[in-house]
Amino acid sequence: MWGKNKKYFWLAAALGFLAIPLIVKSNYIISTLIVIGLYAILVQGLGILMGYAGQVSFGHAAFFGLGAYAVAILTTHYSWPTIPALGAAVLLPGMVAAVIGRPTLKLQELYLALATLGFGILVHIAFTEGGEMTGGPSGLSGIPYLSVGGLVFDSDVKFFYLVWILLFLLLAGMNNLVRSRVGRALRAISESEYAAENAGIDTVGLKLQSFVFSALLAGLAGGLYAFYITFISPSPFSFHASVQFVLMAVVGGLGTLTGPLLGAALVVALGEVLRWAVPLVIPGAGGEYQIIFFGLILVILMVLQPGGLGALGKLLGTPAKRLPGKGADTRLLESQGG
Amino acid sequence: MKNLLKFKSSNIMLVAVLALIILVSGCAAGGEKDKQNVSGEESYKIGAVIDISGNSSSLGVPERDTLQMLVENLNAGGGINGHPVELTILDNKSDETEAVLAAKTLIEQDVLAVLGCASSGPSMAMINTLQKEKVPMISMAAASSIVEPVEERHWVFKTAQSDIVTVSNIISYLKENGLTKVAFLYMNNAYGDGGKKAFLTAARENNVEVVVEEKFEASDKDMTAQLTRVKSSPAQATVVWAIPPSASILTKNYRDLGIAALLIHSHGVGNQKFIDLAQGAADGVILPIGKLTVVEQIPDDDPQKKVLQSYIDDYTKKYNMLPDSFGGYAWDAFHLVVKAIEKAGPDRGAIRDELENTREFVGVSGVFNMSPRDHNGLDKESMVMVRIENGKWKLLD
Repeated sequence: MWGKNKKYFWLAAALGFLAIPLIVKSNYIISTLIVIGLYAILVQGLGILMGYAGQVSFGHAAFFGLGAYAVAILTTHYSWPTIPALGAAVLLPGMVAAVIGRPTLKLQELYLALATLGFGILVHIAFTEGGEMTGGPSGLSGIPYLSVGGLVFDSDVKFFYLVWILLFLLLAGMNNLVRSRVGRALRAISESEYAAENAGIDTVGLKLQSFVFSALLAGLAGGLYAFYITFISPSPFSFHASVQFVLMAVVGGLGTLTGPLLGAALVVALGEVLRWAVPLVIPGAGGEYQIIFFGLILVILMVLQPGGLGALGKLLGTPAKRLPGKGADTRLLESQGG
Repeated sequence: MKNLLKFKSSNIMLVAVLALIILVSGCAAGGEKDKQNVSGEESYKIGAVIDISGNSSSLGVPERDTLQMLVENLNAGGGINGHPVELTILDNKSDETEAVLAAKTLIEQDVLAVLGCASSGPSMAMINTLQKEKVPMISMAAASSIVEPVEERHWVFKTAQSDIVTVSNIISYLKENGLTKVAFLYMNNAYGDGGKKAFLTAARENNVEVVVEEKFEASDKDMTAQLTRVKSSPAQATVVWAIPPSASILTKNYRDLGIAALLIHSHGVGNQKFIDLAQGAADGVILPIGKLTVVEQIPDDDPQKKVLQSYIDDYTKKYNMLPDSFGGYAWDAFHLVVKAIEKAGPDRGAIRDELENTREFVGVSGVFNMSPRDHNGLDKESMVMVRIENGKWKLLD
């Protein structure tokens, strides 16, 4: 019964969410939701890579930055129209991921994390050292607003609809993806690469595809970020940001579809709430206290809910899309026909 | 059973945490509205977005402390034309996205103007948001690009001396002393980058030859490699664009290598921390600096003398330590906006016009003369050249 109605439940929830700007007139809340949406697009891709393909990347801020810089450079230096620039922002990180993915994804676990970390640092240096092209450490300003035909995304509300409709479409697509043969094969890889390979799954190929897919999404998020803030410099694309993205994915819950969204929402919202709440509790406290509270709350959360926020889905009656145990593993692999 | 209990309690906790967050954010919105209703007609709201934590916190903290002191004093003295001032200070964590979000929070609260940020990147990031909403902004950061090109920065002003002002002081010093060959070293970040662009342009225009150009990272612990090139070059002076600790490390390395060329720093080393970290190596360093640091040595007829002395007295009384030039930028920004509101009343557009019409405003960082062509308003006279002697700042003639 629930199974059939579930689709309508989520559709209603999405439509309800999109009605927020009709009720909430606060630009601040809308812009916080935009930032959450942008990060969620990126973390959805990272979630596929980490939760389903079982690979950790500490270099996603670099793909995010490549997308943002592609938009900034093409629109300011070369006066490209905004839509082709956004297209380039998606494709460029995907291509870079395809090139570096081959050798990198042969590495496993910690070594892969280290390789992506190195890549992230390299790209960050390139942004800083790019001279006139990237604006160097001072960054690039004067990025135009995104426009499609006559529609210019120059207000928070318009941008809110753009980001969240894209995100909901992405979620619907990914819902299908993780249930497909590909999705099952990916989960098999995350449990045991050797077993998956023995079952006839092209592990390297699939890992590469999910790496490229996550980079495409990071590029999309980066391109949209540049159009939203209209100024970029190297600092939002540092190693620190990569760590934050991994944190969002983990806090949200790996191997779940709603996890990345919840993780991005929690990390951004918590930061905003603490900025307001901490000075009330400790008058005159600087941001350093916020960071302590931020860390504390995250630790408590992970202790209480190791599966991440995505596991909350259980309360709503939708079992988290997590593998129950080894027994299910074999069944999955069998269903791959391996 | 145990598992079941654990599962339940953890989920309940989680829901409780989430509920708390939602509740708290609800209160935040509600609380602000109440305030507006109670004192909406009475108090004038000003906002500030400052780098209180993160990379630039050493700049942001004295700015926050200065603003808090100033608003207390102002309200104790009756506020602006009888209206108390409500100042909201938000932390941007030295982060650009956070600065934009903070700016939006302030716009929601109907502030008349936004002060900030302490550093250039977050300042640049806020510009579009504030201009779109037609809110006057006064930045306290160095980069000239914050207020230039001025026709695209209708609503943006800044109080920190632009790189160009600092550079023109250094170039004058070089010319007066007949130094034509220099080495230029800079920190690889927005501050160093701004200084490099301004200095190289001015050097070309004034026939000063840059024989060595080297950079280093803000986190570097040794600059001997770059300095070796300086030593083997014909440079008569070395100009360095950096802030401590790297500026102090460079100075120590410079003395260790026994380089004969004169060492000139930028105003980025204008605090006691530079001298302390350089441990004696700072002696002999020459730099342009705001007058705050050498207030007791400047002549009594200097127009800024009284303002500087009163800022130092107030700050020392409240915080038991000397203020620095970063706090001075905040002092200027606050007084500029208060003066503009005094004349224009609670109207953003009129406040902007008043800011642009600022003439002969005597502040901590200099005497401000804004115009439609200049939203910084400071000239070369806002700084003096000093030499460090026995760990103290000594005014040069």
